[in-house]
Amino acid sequence: MTIRARRAITGYLFILPFIIGFLVFMVRPLFNSFYMSFCDVNPNGLTMEWTGMANYKYALAADPEYNRLLSEEVSRMIINTLATLVLSFVVAVILNGKFKGRTLARAIFFLPVIFSAGVLLGLDSNMLGIEAQNTLMSGIGAAINESGGVNLTESLQNMLQASGIGTRAFRVVFDIIDSVYDIVIASGIQIIVFLSGMQNIPASLYEAAHVEGCSGWESFWKITFPMVSPLLLVNAIYTIIDFFTKSNNVVMEKISEVMYANYKFGVASAMSWIYFGISILMISVASLIITLGVKNVE
Amino acid sequence: MLLRRTMGQGAVSLIRGLLLFGLCFMIIQPLLMKLSVSLMEERDLYDSTVTLLPRHLTWANYELAASDTLLNYWKSLFNTFWISLTTAILQVAACTLTGYGFARFDFPLKKLWFACVILVIIIPPQTISTSLYMYFSNFDIFGIFKAITGRGLNLRSSFTPYALMCATCMGLKDGLYIFMIRQYFKGIPVSLEEAAYVDGCGFFHTFWKVMLPDAVPIMTSCFLFAFVWQWTDRFYTNNFLRGFTTLSGNLPGIQQRLNQLKSTTGQTLQVSISRVQQMISTGVIMTIVPLLILYVFAQRGFVESLSTSGLKE
Repeated sequence: MTIRARRAITGYLFILPFIIGFLVFMVRPLFNSFYMSFCDVNPNGLTMEWTGMANYKYALAADPEYNRLLSEEVSRMIINTLATLVLSFVVAVILNGKFKGRTLARAIFFLPVIFSAGVLLGLDSNMLGIEAQNTLMSGIGAAINESGGVNLTESLQNMLQASGIGTRAFRVVFDIIDSVYDIVIASGIQIIVFLSGMQNIPASLYEAAHVEGCSGWESFWKITFPMVSPLLLVNAIYTIIDFFTKSNNVVMEKISEVMYANYKFGVASAMSWIYFGISILMISVASLIITLGVKNVE
Repeated sequence: MLLRRTMGQGAVSLIRGLLLFGLCFMIIQPLLMKLSVSLMEERDLYDSTVTLLPRHLTWANYELAASDTLLNYWKSLFNTFWISLTTAILQVAACTLTGYGFARFDFPLKKLWFACVILVIIIPPQTISTSLYMYFSNFDIFGIFKAITGRGLNLRSSFTPYALMCATCMGLKDGLYIFMIRQYFKGIPVSLEEAAYVDGCGFFHTFWKVMLPDAVPIMTSCFLFAFVWQWTDRFYTNNFLRGFTTLSGNLPGIQQRLNQLKSTTGQTLQVSISRVQQMISTGVIMTIVPLLILYVFAQRGFVESLSTSGLKE
């Protein structure tokens, strides 16, 4: 046996656990749910009847909510991903500097990752529909409401709208402000990734730039940003996946509602396959844009 | 000139301080709020002059939450602990093997299999949960059990299916661990292994004696992630571990059990929402305190490996 063949066999032995798991616990149920999405499933005996594209048609055309939730979710995903990338980059830049309490600040920013980003913290608001205690923003809003005014962002929004400045763009900004808590909670990993990228930049580069008369601002754009920008792709993809697979996003909730409350297994499967297709599309578009962008920077 | 510079620096550090303080406060505030609420007596909840700090301090909520009726705390803690520990060990073992295979060996269809790893990361577990659930309630390997006992095994309330999934890289976020471990191994120079091969060391022996000791940091961090994410996970717990009382599994049922408790003591009124909220806060605090302790001691383990694994292309 050649050394090549032996290496190949050993390689397969190493990844054997994954292959078994993938075939048994992933391909099989995946195929099953794909098949179910083309069938009318009777929940009592779990018998299936082939109905072709009927479930997909129902999900996209007949269901009153699904379309709207889907488009909302996608637009929110785009906005949140951009906001997360910007925020985590800025925080990483700040945490990369030297100041008192840096270790503590880092530890706190990573804390949501440990508590799996709101799975537990968001528990009460999800279950009872009460958010008053959960986010600082709504807490402030409530306080202002009590003292006679209206919600802070809302009043600002009204003011700006009254003065006739481009309302659509501002609505996006206000959406971001309203969901800033979710964004901060979801960006622990991204901050660490950016931070480690920045710390891997050799200090000699900055020294050389300094000797040549580069200001801090210039060396940030000429050294830090290009060196870290490949990590944008990793972070963007991580953020998108994280956003799409979070169990408390609205489409997921809709799917599990259709599945467990209405027992329409076929429709639920069709819905999750549409959702899955869209998430793959989004990830490929994002990676395409960022790869092209990074090439331009370099 | 000098004055302007110092002023500029002062302004920068002021803005930085404010921004960091604000963001950090936003992360911690819900926790502090929960802690404070959990220490209040029930009457403080209805007193509108009490907003932040409890007026009547009490441990009673913790005692109630720890009792059998609500969380069954010590038993749940024990269950959660050993489940998290076992699954984390299984996951790390399987993912290290797989990650090493992907990092160091060339074999046919490698790209395809790696695409499958990415697929595992992307597919939301909800997509396949129903079929897995049905599969495990009628579990069988090539029809062996059906031939013997006439029907498949019902594994729904046992730990076996989930342990099997973890041991074959299909547990919570295993695709991510495989990816991280592969990146880490790719970063280790090949020369070390080649020296071992030249000296006549076999593939597995080399892996065990040479590579594994080098991979301790990344394995530690994957272990820690697997441990804490399993600890707080509700999805897999609800689907596959219904037979066990666990902390994350018990939390959502608090409202119902509070109502039951009240009806057994003869009162018919529903428990008020703020009271339910308070008990949930208490439960959340009790659930995350062990994790907090772990984090304080193992913080380097969490963060450091992420920097060294350098999630780079």
